[in-house]
Amino acid sequence: MPLIVVGGLVFGFGLGLSHMARPEVVLDFLQFEDFGLLFVLGVGSVVAGTAFAVGVHVLDRAPLTGRPYARRLKSFDRNVLTGGVIFGVGWGISGICPGAAYASVGVGNYPILLAIAGMFLGAYAQGLWRARTDDAAAATPTSD
Amino acid sequence: MEPLVTFADLFPNGIWRYAAGGALIGLGTAAIYLGTAIPAGASTFFESTLSYVSDVPRFNRAKYVASRDWRVAFTLSIVAGAAIYAFAFGDFGWTTSVSWPRLFVGGVLVGVGTRIGKGCTSGHGICGVGSVAPTSLVNVATFLGVAIVTAQLMQAAGVSP
Repeated sequence: MPLIVVGGLVFGFGLGLSHMARPEVVLDFLQFEDFGLLFVLGVGSVVAGTAFAVGVHVLDRAPLTGRPYARRLKSFDRNVLTGGVIFGVGWGISGICPGAAYASVGVGNYPILLAIAGMFLGAYAQGLWRARTDDAAAATPTSD
Repeated sequence: MEPLVTFADLFPNGIWRYAAGGALIGLGTAAIYLGTAIPAGASTFFESTLSYVSDVPRFNRAKYVASRDWRVAFTLSIVAGAAIYAFAFGDFGWTTSVSWPRLFVGGVLVGVGTRIGKGCTSGHGICGVGSVAPTSLVNVATFLGVAIVTAQLMQAAGVSP
């Protein structure tokens, strides 16, 4: 837990310093007025990627959890595209994504709480909808 | 001869704060990963936190319930880390001028989209791209492209800020 806190503090400090916590800066990037965000994503993923490579190829198991190191791999299906499109529209409208929204609260940007409320609402609605469609699929006899 | 586009045109605010901020974001992720082997993303926080208050089985899956405490700690630490930055750099109290309907509607779509798409800017963008995971690369390319089109259309329609 202390490591999670330290990691979160550094992560949040980075989001603040990189100005990702400001929707205006994200929108400037998306509107081609300031390409600086490429450096945030680029440098961030290279630094994290180095840790992932070291974990997977050099180390054995994580000291604090005993979990084996693995790359972050998710299965690919149509949802990855659908979700990416919906997320993209939302990001393009608001300039805000989850981590940056939390960080934005930290810089005192209280209007962002509305965006976070929206995110919870969206995640809740998606979960309910998914639960319903899964139930419907389970109730349908598939084979005999 | 004048170059068509200068460095200053592309990066009117310079690059150091972006690069340094990105490095710290990566470093925070790296520290958690090296200690725990957990690729920390920001958006699973929604389901795992909903499991405190909702009986919907989907939010109460073992992986969400098992991770919900540290995810709350992670999120609060992000808030605190940004606050430390804000006080250190005299940035505290800044508020956005993006209008509330945009924040709310955008937030709802982000909430739906990250959950359907299995991740967000940190999960897919930092951890997934850092893992050179094909699924994440496709997801990031998709949301970046769509976000650019969306933002440009909003700008063309005169929505500002």
